[in-house]
Amino acid sequence: MTEPLVFELSSPGRVGVNLPECDVPEAELPKELLRDDLPLPEVSEVDLVRHYIHLSQLNWGVDVGFYPLGSCTMKYNPKVNEEAAKLPGFSRIHPYQDEETVQGALQLMYELQEFLKEISGFVGVSLQPAAGAHGEFAGILMMRAYHEERGDLKRTKVLIPDSAHGTNPASSAMSGYQVVEIKSDERGNVDLEELKAHCDETVVGLMLTNPSTLGLFEEHVLEVAEIIHDCGGLMFCDGANMNSLLGIAKPCEMGCDVMMFNLHKTFSTPHGGGGPGGGPVGASERLVKYLPGPIVVKEGDKYHLRMPEKSIGRVKSFYGNFAVCVKAYTYIRMLGAEGLRQVSEDAVLAANYILAKLKGVYPLPYDRICKHECVFSGRGIAEDIHTMDIVKRLMDYGFHPPTVYFPLIVPEAIMIEPTETESKERLDAFIEAMVQIAKEAKEQPDLLHEAPHTTPVRRLDEVRAARHPVLRWMPK
Amino acid sequence: MSSYLPHTDAHRREMLDAIGVKSIEELFADIPEEVRFPELKLPKPLSEAEILRELREMSERNADLDHYACFLGAGAYNHFVPSVVGHVIGRSEFYTAYTPYQPEISQGTLQTIFEYQTMVCALTGMEVANASHYDGATALAEAALMAVRISREKRQKVIVSPAVHPEYRQTLRTYTRGTAIAVTGDEDLARELDDLKTMLDEDTACLIVQNPNFFGQLEEVDGLADAVHEAGALLIVAVDPISLGLFRPPGEYGADIVVGEGQSLGNAISFGGPYLGIFACLDKYKRRMPGRLVGETVDVEGRRGYVLTLTPREQHIRREKATSNICTNEALCALAAGAYLAAMGKTGLRKVAELCYHKAHYAAQRIAELPGFELVDDKPFFKEFVVRCPKPPAEINRQLLQQKIIGGYELGKAYPHLADCMLFCVTEMNTREEIDRLVEALQEVTP
Amino acid sequence: MKVDPECRYTKTHEWVRVRGNEAEAGITDYAQSELGDLVYIELPEVGETFEKGEVFATVESVKAASECYLPLSGEIIEVNEELAEHMELVNEDPYGKGWFVRFKPSNLDELDELMTPEEYEEFIAAEAEKGGH
Repeated sequence: MTEPLVFELSSPGRVGVNLPECDVPEAELPKELLRDDLPLPEVSEVDLVRHYIHLSQLNWGVDVGFYPLGSCTMKYNPKVNEEAAKLPGFSRIHPYQDEETVQGALQLMYELQEFLKEISGFVGVSLQPAAGAHGEFAGILMMRAYHEERGDLKRTKVLIPDSAHGTNPASSAMSGYQVVEIKSDERGNVDLEELKAHCDETVVGLMLTNPSTLGLFEEHVLEVAEIIHDCGGLMFCDGANMNSLLGIAKPCEMGCDVMMFNLHKTFSTPHGGGGPGGGPVGASERLVKYLPGPIVVKEGDKYHLRMPEKSIGRVKSFYGNFAVCVKAYTYIRMLGAEGLRQVSEDAVLAANYILAKLKGVYPLPYDRICKHECVFSGRGIAEDIHTMDIVKRLMDYGFHPPTVYFPLIVPEAIMIEPTETESKERLDAFIEAMVQIAKEAKEQPDLLHEAPHTTPVRRLDEVRAARHPVLRWMPK
Repeated sequence: MSSYLPHTDAHRREMLDAIGVKSIEELFADIPEEVRFPELKLPKPLSEAEILRELREMSERNADLDHYACFLGAGAYNHFVPSVVGHVIGRSEFYTAYTPYQPEISQGTLQTIFEYQTMVCALTGMEVANASHYDGATALAEAALMAVRISREKRQKVIVSPAVHPEYRQTLRTYTRGTAIAVTGDEDLARELDDLKTMLDEDTACLIVQNPNFFGQLEEVDGLADAVHEAGALLIVAVDPISLGLFRPPGEYGADIVVGEGQSLGNAISFGGPYLGIFACLDKYKRRMPGRLVGETVDVEGRRGYVLTLTPREQHIRREKATSNICTNEALCALAAGAYLAAMGKTGLRKVAELCYHKAHYAAQRIAELPGFELVDDKPFFKEFVVRCPKPPAEINRQLLQQKIIGGYELGKAYPHLADCMLFCVTEMNTREEIDRLVEALQEVTP
Repeated sequence: MKVDPECRYTKTHEWVRVRGNEAEAGITDYAQSELGDLVYIELPEVGETFEKGEVFATVESVKAASECYLPLSGEIIEVNEELAEHMELVNEDPYGKGWFVRFKPSNLDELDELMTPEEYEEFIAAEAEKGGH
């Protein structure tokens, strides 16, 4: 089942929108600057709508079904958030309007900053970064600014655990630093001895994800923080896994100096097929003056946009993904402290439930109570069966595959994050499907090799796409 | 019991039993006791009706563009968004989907991105476009990093015109902070394009211009690409995509990389975000470009399908050697832009651009006739123009607000030598009646 | 995993074969099997010189990208043009038709620093046990 490209539905003369006539005298156009042709499609409104409806029906979203992507927190996206962001007083305001005319917007941003501070223990928050990786980048630049201000220019290395998300080393490299990988131990924690061996006056800091991408809480987190701080380094925390810590522990209290949040993970704003997200960054006392800006401050009962004292500067235009902030704000206001704590409890409960039920069925590299996600391996299930085969077969059972082949330290990894918004019936159905597939792997391996069978398209030739890239439609 | 949390205590008990623990607290035993279970001082939870009431009140304290006439641009624009766009991005199969890493069940997202990529190439005259950056500013910064990368780090100088949006130049400087890259060209905020050309040398990785520039003017681009290429550098052009409905695209005058702000294409003005970073370049650079790319292929049954491709450039594979750290981008905003461009089509986008052009020129002409106001420069312009004012622009704007008019951008905020000037913006959303009202209001301002 | 008896090997899975005062280099069978189907190869230009251990080529598959390090110092005298259209030669015949470059080694003493075929076989057996990717 495929849908034609919109260009293939085009016919000269059709219009998709009716525009008003020009109500002013026409000025002379500079003919030598005009373009000759504008190769955009010409479709009528009804064809346009059907085109997109058909395409949407080929897509899997959280609203369609279970989406247990580890590290992504694919929780339900509340609809009231969408309504809130569409309010004209939020969606139809210009960022450069006089502050007097947008006090409501500034108040919302200020309060969200305060909520995130309360949840994490940080003393300052900037809502400007547009995504997690963007927040990471800002965080590392803040660490750089801290060391530079102290004349501590020998520091060039960022320590990153081998289980880290790819954005961590990428962000470090973009900030001009060298990446040094730190091994995890057999319990999935940072190897303390190795950490100590690497901590010296050339270290900028450690980028810690806690819980890690293995879904495991860093058992020695306080010691890790001490080791890093003792050698003059800083601790950056990747807050992607905050869904397990709401009301459970505050990163700043565990020694974190700077952390980015993912509004589109923990705080329920939709993923959009790849964004927009929100990657606010929080800072401890040491780093708060370096936050990217402007941020919102309150003076008396008025709200203002201000650049932090020694800000690293702006990391994008304007103030952040405001509409995404509105959604996160709405979510926090609806749940309150009790609700947020329940979110983390239920998220961790669900992940441990899946871990307990699949433990005998799939190899479990780290046999420990997990947090909001659990990591299995697909290796050794059956001869010549890989994780890719297992998860492609899951699609035939009506589930979106979990994250695969990540983290890199687990061969044939399968990372499952159910989140707190899935019913127990759904969790049981997923577990049942995984059990069935393990059986099929041994008894009918071709079902897996050739999966998926029931999706709109079947396995796609990625080698061909990479060898002979076709990156846009061209008319014949 | 929240509507977002489906487990009852009975369900929780069953799961705890299966795990083999007595309480949920046991699952958090590895959290250090001294930091475990802190109290969160947050406002009491609200029901849907209550939060909507509060938010409505909060939002109504803002002066929105449905109730105020807007003549403010400067990088964020009040353009018409056809109703279809909202209905397309409102399909939750699109907006609740994740990045399309499992292509078999993400053909909707993948095909719409492929269509968007195609349309961006059509608009800009480039050969490859990526799936999006966060906004125009970060797209520009990443383009500069890419130019340096293409020179294999041998060229570390980036020349940027001062007529590029101030916040884009600031973002560029933040992005190059940890590198050896020197950003130059805008130390003199009045520097012209010809002057910038003289700065080209064998250390230059790229020259960056904005067209139309921040002041709304169409830059003199003839011969620019030749000069840049002769020096062995790349030409990067930042565009207003609406202007490309009318004017020659940078692909036709020798650009190597084109970036821009896509907010004008079907995305709400939304107090500055989420926006859409457009990024496109020549085919020969595609393996060096940042961001996601969707490519066409076939499945095992020979059906046409789409996948993310050239992924070894990206962070999840290349890690510290990636072309960028970007992961989540602005996919839904790109979808809105694609739907907008498909709805407008060949004739619609041209018409929108023409309406902007004619209305802006009408407004400029009428304002110039007012005593005390004069148009600065006679360069050709698109939808924005600079006006020297007889009173401080901030004062004028205060008075305009009283008449429910949002006036132009006070240029003194970023260009001290233009402290007595305002940048007015007129789009297809401004009616003649609104423009006439603006002129009358300005008339009352003059002494 | 195939290992060619005529070659010497690096820890980063490149091979080199010296014949007289010319050498040939490429990536090993182990390397190509880890990468999977190659989709892109970037090769140097004739005349370029590299130190031992310097990056002289890049390979990409669908799931990975790797730098390739020249096993000996030298100047490139020939580049395998066929690979542009037929990358699968690297997967099918990594020590033969899948050669990357021919070059003039500047210091044959460097050969002593490389692994023999037997040493390399032991090396990859150990890697496979570690369960690396």
